[in-house]
Amino acid sequence: MLTTLLIVVPLAGAILTWVLPLSRESTAGFALLVALAEVGLWLGSARNFDFGSDAQQYSANREWFDQLGISYAVGLYGFQYWLVGLTIVVGACAVGYGAWVGRENARAYFGLLLFLVGALVGVFAAQDLIVFYVFFEAMLIPIYVLVGVWGGPQRLKATVTFVIYTMVGSLLMLASIVAFGVSQGTFLLADIGTSSNDWIFLGFLAAFAVKAPLFPFHGWLRLAYTEAPPEVGAILSGVVSKAAVFGLVWIVLPHFPEPVEDFRTLVLVLAAVTLVYGSVLAFRQPDIRGVVAYSSMAQMGLIVLGIFAVNDLGLDGAVLHSVNHGLVSAGFFLLAGMIETRAGTGRFSELGGMAKGRPILATLVLTLGMFTLAVPGSTNFAGEFAILSGVFDRGWGYAAVGAAAMVLAALYALRMISAILHERRGAAVREDAGDLVGNELMLLVPLVAILAVLTAWPAGITERSFPADRPAAFIGSQQGVGAP
Amino acid sequence: MIDTPSVDWLALSPTLALLAAAGLTLLGAVIVPRATERAFSVVVSLAGFGTSAALSGVVFDRSADPSAVVVESMTRDRLGALAAIIIALVGAAVVLVSAGDGRRSHVGEFYALIAASTAGMVFFVSSGNLMTMFLALEWFSISLYVLCALDTHRRESLEAGLKYLIVGSFGSGILLFGCALVYGATGELGFKAIQEATGADDPLFVSGMAMILAGLAFKVSAAPFHMWTPDVYEGAPTPVTAFMSAATKVAGLVLMLRILVTAFPEQAEIWSVAVAVLAVCSLAVGNLAAIAQSDLKRLLAYSSVSHAGFLLIAIAANSNAGTEALLYYLIPYSAASVGAFAVVAAREREQGRAVTLSSLEGLGWERPFLGVCMWWFMLSMAGFPLTGGFLGKLLVFSAIFEAGWWWLVVVGVLATALSLAYYLNVVRALYTRSGEVRGDVVVAGGSPPRDVLLETAAGAALVVTIGSFFFVQPLVDLASDAAAALPF
Repeated sequence: MLTTLLIVVPLAGAILTWVLPLSRESTAGFALLVALAEVGLWLGSARNFDFGSDAQQYSANREWFDQLGISYAVGLYGFQYWLVGLTIVVGACAVGYGAWVGRENARAYFGLLLFLVGALVGVFAAQDLIVFYVFFEAMLIPIYVLVGVWGGPQRLKATVTFVIYTMVGSLLMLASIVAFGVSQGTFLLADIGTSSNDWIFLGFLAAFAVKAPLFPFHGWLRLAYTEAPPEVGAILSGVVSKAAVFGLVWIVLPHFPEPVEDFRTLVLVLAAVTLVYGSVLAFRQPDIRGVVAYSSMAQMGLIVLGIFAVNDLGLDGAVLHSVNHGLVSAGFFLLAGMIETRAGTGRFSELGGMAKGRPILATLVLTLGMFTLAVPGSTNFAGEFAILSGVFDRGWGYAAVGAAAMVLAALYALRMISAILHERRGAAVREDAGDLVGNELMLLVPLVAILAVLTAWPAGITERSFPADRPAAFIGSQQGVGAP
Repeated sequence: MIDTPSVDWLALSPTLALLAAAGLTLLGAVIVPRATERAFSVVVSLAGFGTSAALSGVVFDRSADPSAVVVESMTRDRLGALAAIIIALVGAAVVLVSAGDGRRSHVGEFYALIAASTAGMVFFVSSGNLMTMFLALEWFSISLYVLCALDTHRRESLEAGLKYLIVGSFGSGILLFGCALVYGATGELGFKAIQEATGADDPLFVSGMAMILAGLAFKVSAAPFHMWTPDVYEGAPTPVTAFMSAATKVAGLVLMLRILVTAFPEQAEIWSVAVAVLAVCSLAVGNLAAIAQSDLKRLLAYSSVSHAGFLLIAIAANSNAGTEALLYYLIPYSAASVGAFAVVAAREREQGRAVTLSSLEGLGWERPFLGVCMWWFMLSMAGFPLTGGFLGKLLVFSAIFEAGWWWLVVVGVLATALSLAYYLNVVRALYTRSGEVRGDVVVAGGSPPRDVLLETAAGAALVVTIGSFFFVQPLVDLASDAAAALPF
């Protein structure tokens, strides 16, 4: 019931935002209120959440359509709880940012933003393949409009490429879902059992490889992340890409054990290439958002490495790192937006020297930068370390590549920090461009605070992601559940 | 004294109600004063469509067991009744869309012809032998030929009427020839009797079946028999196009399914392949050609060709699940199609010229309600979740997968991917604005007043499009009741 509520609150908020004839300010205020209520609801749901139980928490299951065996089934396990939380927190920051900037056509804008949050929560809570697909696709609708209408100058190209890539991937997945579900007589994840069909597996993989994205399916990434308004970019890179994590962990691993075994090397190699290639590209980008976009791609490669290690360390690390990366990357997108409103550009050639006289901005850029490069001791380091130790089991080569990529991360993160903060004052940076103000801090500080808490206590997530803290065994146990 | 056969008046009542409405509106065109002619025709024809839909509902309720009526010339069953309900409701929506169109002469005739043509379709879907089938086909087709050419002051309209007349007659001719061959081979006219008759291996019989299939394919504009579609859809008055795109498809496809399954079940191996080939052609031609269109009516015409492809996949499945899929799919498809043409009609009236992708720009901001409607109609046609279009496609794909034709699922999925290129292009056009003007834009000289009836029709279509997603179970139950009428 509570899961349904978590999905419905933002969706209902979206509809109200569209319908109520409020002024721009009150629309933004209302949307923010809904987003904060959602955060409260999520925090409140932690109280009775039994992370150790191997039963779904707050599950709901209603038959929707019995001819095909489709039900509205949602529910949460630990790792889903964290992904939902990531969505809700980043979503609230995004709404807050939109309110602070004062977007045009506020009713349409905030409605779509809330709708996107609701759809994402639905994706992460889905326990039925069709429900998953419905939310997976439904989130494209708001993204399409948000980027296409409020985006930067190249928004048209950005949306078209983004939609074509993702739709081709997800339609292949639809074919797989039909084939899988119809042949098993149910779409319920708990009952559907396993399949050893390589083609069905590849259909799912295609959708998630585009969504993550893995090399060579990343063609949409740069434009979509950089042309989107900053807060939409934050959700895109921070949260939407995690739909791939969820799909791989909760659909592909448990239900396709044999294909996963057969294709493991291929996926691990692609993930490793994504990691290195993304890092190299990030190092070569001329602007803030480009760096964050490609660093995002690199981190997704790392997370996929952890997932396809299919062992306890790898999976725990992947969940922890998904949350870390979501927060860092969302924070950086918002920060990029704030810098762009001050300088009018995010290009490094015109930025520089912003640290002088702007201590708060400098502190935040530096802090988030340190998280990006996974400075030892930070929660990002914990995530990466767990992933690399996990994947070490599958071959030392992957771990070696991963470790090398951490050095690359340091390179691009430090390059970005110094290009923004240090060096000579850039042409676009006016002397009187101010430091971050209170409203902006209220958006960024919570993100950094959560990261700080996780730094002190990464086990808060890793020990609460899978029942009894045995991820691999738990996922293995899903393979045969309920199947005749 | 000749024995008159007993007539099941209830089974005929949906048709008769529409004929009565047609007669009354024609009468009204002569008697009622000019000033009130439009209102009179609209009210009478709406009442006719409403009564017809309601009576079809009664027929549906009371026809759990299919029965042949009027000497087996008609079948009274739930399949026909459900199709009749959909067709009558489409007709009612079209009346609402056309009500605000101030320019047309021939007001009474327009509504009379729409009602007459709907009556023909309602009769058509229940026909039980080759004779009544052909009769009903000509009945609604001739009404449509005239409707297409009704805007006599527009050359495009006349051209559309002529083109449809020539190509349509050609299709009818092929169908008639096929009927003759089948009759020649079996000596029977009734669908059931044809199935029971011997001589099924006769090449005459099989070629007759193929020609019947081709003739029906003309009507539902399945490729490669679709050539007339874009021109006729473009030239015909927009409400007529809306009517054709939805109602003709429902009638043609339901009857195609009925005749194939009841008259030719033994030849299923032949015709299901033929239907699958038609489906693949329609998907390929419809989607590829639609991408290149800039005129919205032509774009929607090709999109309707591609939807014929999806619907034919459901027929090719030749199963109970396929029938359910077909009937369910038709509901959101009809709604989205009528709704989309309603929005086109509104834009057309506002600007006084043909609607292209570029003249659509900004509609989303200027007319938020119509913009949102159009947005959802396009999403539904593209098969996005949260619309009935998605579940329709899902049902079609599952039905054909169960029938063992997995490659058609792949073709359908690829076609859906292609179709996004043009559907999303329409959505983009709705919300782009040339020159980056923000704020409320007023059309120079003041925008025309809102057309409440048209917006009602669009709103109803929107409700059906989205509602059929959330309330799929009752609708599929209806479809499955209707499917029970066929011998699977």
